[in-house]
Amino acid sequence: MSNPALIANSDSLREAFGKTLSSLGDEFPNVVVLDADIAGGTGVHHFRKSHPERMLQFGIAEQNMMAAAGGLAATGLIPIVTTFAVFCLRAVEQARLSIAYTRRNAKIVASHPGLDVGPDGGSAQALEDLAAFRAIPGMTVISPADPAEMSQATRAILEFEGPVYMRTGRSPSRRIFGDDHVFEIGKGQIVRDGMDVTIVACGVEVARALDAADLLAEEKISARVVNMATIKPIDDALLAKCAAETGCFVTAEDHNIHGGLGSAVAESLAQSTPCPIEFVGVRDQFGASGEPEELAQHYGLTAPFIAQAARDAIARKKKSRKKG
Amino acid sequence: MASTMRSVIEEAPPPAAQDLEKQLALAANFTRKHAIASIYHAGSGHPGGALSCADLLACLFGAELNFWPNAIDEPHRDRFVLSKGHAAPALYAVAAHYGFCDAKAALSLRKLNSKFQGHPHVLDLPWVETSTGSLGQGFSVALGMAMGLKLQQSKARVYAMLGDGELQEGEVWEAAMCAAHHRLDNLCVVIDYNKLQSDNLNSAIMRLEPLAAKWRAFDWAIAEIDGHDIPEILRTFRRAGATHGRPSVVIANTVKGKGVKYMENIPTWHGSVKLSREQAEDALRQLGARGDEIAELLNV
Ligand SMILES: Cc1ncc(C[n+]2csc(CCOP(=O)(O)OP(=O)(O)O)c2C)c(N)n1
Ligand SMILES: [Mg+2]
Repeated sequence: MSNPALIANSDSLREAFGKTLSSLGDEFPNVVVLDADIAGGTGVHHFRKSHPERMLQFGIAEQNMMAAAGGLAATGLIPIVTTFAVFCLRAVEQARLSIAYTRRNAKIVASHPGLDVGPDGGSAQALEDLAAFRAIPGMTVISPADPAEMSQATRAILEFEGPVYMRTGRSPSRRIFGDDHVFEIGKGQIVRDGMDVTIVACGVEVARALDAADLLAEEKISARVVNMATIKPIDDALLAKCAAETGCFVTAEDHNIHGGLGSAVAESLAQSTPCPIEFVGVRDQFGASGEPEELAQHYGLTAPFIAQAARDAIARKKKSRKKG
Repeated sequence: MASTMRSVIEEAPPPAAQDLEKQLALAANFTRKHAIASIYHAGSGHPGGALSCADLLACLFGAELNFWPNAIDEPHRDRFVLSKGHAAPALYAVAAHYGFCDAKAALSLRKLNSKFQGHPHVLDLPWVETSTGSLGQGFSVALGMAMGLKLQQSKARVYAMLGDGELQEGEVWEAAMCAAHHRLDNLCVVIDYNKLQSDNLNSAIMRLEPLAAKWRAFDWAIAEIDGHDIPEILRTFRRAGATHGRPSVVIANTVKGKGVKYMENIPTWHGSVKLSREQAEDALRQLGARGDEIAELLNV
């Protein structure tokens, strides 16, 4: 267990990550943290304070930083590359060749993903990162949902051998899990049970999926909510079980509907238990300036949209059963 | 100074040098005040680097660029690219001062459905030449524009404004080598050399010096100037425009947060800051605004 007591209830995921990393610094003496002039934004200023000698400053030069992480890993260290998600996109090819192709034990931790970035606007909002990193062979892709899970996931990626891309988050995060929450790479969990539809979500969308389940409960629709913090490798067994038990799905993510969680779920179910799926996410658009909640509403990511997608999925399920 | 297309609109006879300098100083002051007001309304933004480049922007828009609000699609217009896109509030303000957009509308900075996003976007604002916000890329796009114009025998010039921290991007030096190789004497880079970046001093994050020597080694024509001295800025741009066979770089020494004492040279005023009403009023007062004007800027 890392030290969840360090993490305040209202902490953002980036703060939870930074604080946990700092608390794990002594236990993992091989960890080095790479920064490109935004330690205050990514949360690793906490690590800089506790372990200044293991903080490596690369300046505003993300491509150099990403490939250098491969070199650091080659010497036996565990490099943690930190920058905003959108600037990880800038260095995808370096991550591909010098981290994944070479199978280096390096971790890429990306803050400021998705519309959650808010007022900086469309140029700064990475809605493509899960797709890009998921497409790289051997890359594990993780997007935790709350500070407690972020804390667990931070330990998990340090214990795990191999390249990882992990999203944190900018906004204050709603607490979903208790400090006894167990995060395991590759495993989703049912965070609320239901029998009519399964909502599979990651990151900020898990809290919204739970709100959607409340809305649906008012209509006597029983929605199951799955927190799928590992997008790759996806939990095929859990998805197949949910397909058998609920017969239809909604996916929800702060990402383009193409290539992220929704695609991963669809790929899995298409091969095991084909059934209706509705996708909640940004519909192949770029973001814009605005506050995160306003943007979520504007782009259709809030609870009422998830609830509507659930009604649509259930209707499709009923129709296909009638036909069948 | 580009002269070929000056006739796009009917021009008044050129003002005496001193009048022009006075006008530009007013434009720079307008830019600072409006940048502060818009960041106040937005509740976030990057004031330090907006204030440091205001005099340079005023000289570009008010004297140097052959670029006019009624001819933003003119193929032979000069191009300006704000490669340090986070200084958008200053760009919006100077552009408003020179009639490219509405100053009131620009106060909707960073709000949902506003065309004035946190970083400039060409699809929102047609007078913006390209979308920026990811450091380094604006320079490469400006380089492409300079190449394209040259290929098409245009006399138009291209200006790109870069932050000093931005110079740490490898892409900047790829573009620098490329521009010199292709002898792009229609390209001028302006460096807002305020010595600070996001987290700290350049010298603490990633050393840039010897900076002029680096550009010299890349075979650029160099000028090192005071980026707040309007006559010197004007003279330098004129010389850059007359340079043949090489691209020009203007290393403009500036003060981050210039004009607002509590921001000057303080790294934390780089970005992600919320200005309180008191701070905004204080800043505007330091920039010479009086009661009515302050109320007008802050009470929208
Ligand atoms: C590629 C990239 N990496 C990181 C950032 C985040 N960022 C925004 S502004 C900034 C500091 C820029 O410093 P400088 O270029 O000196 O700008 P100025 O001092 O003029 O504001 C950083 C790191 C970015 N916008 N783009
Ligand atoms: Mg700077």
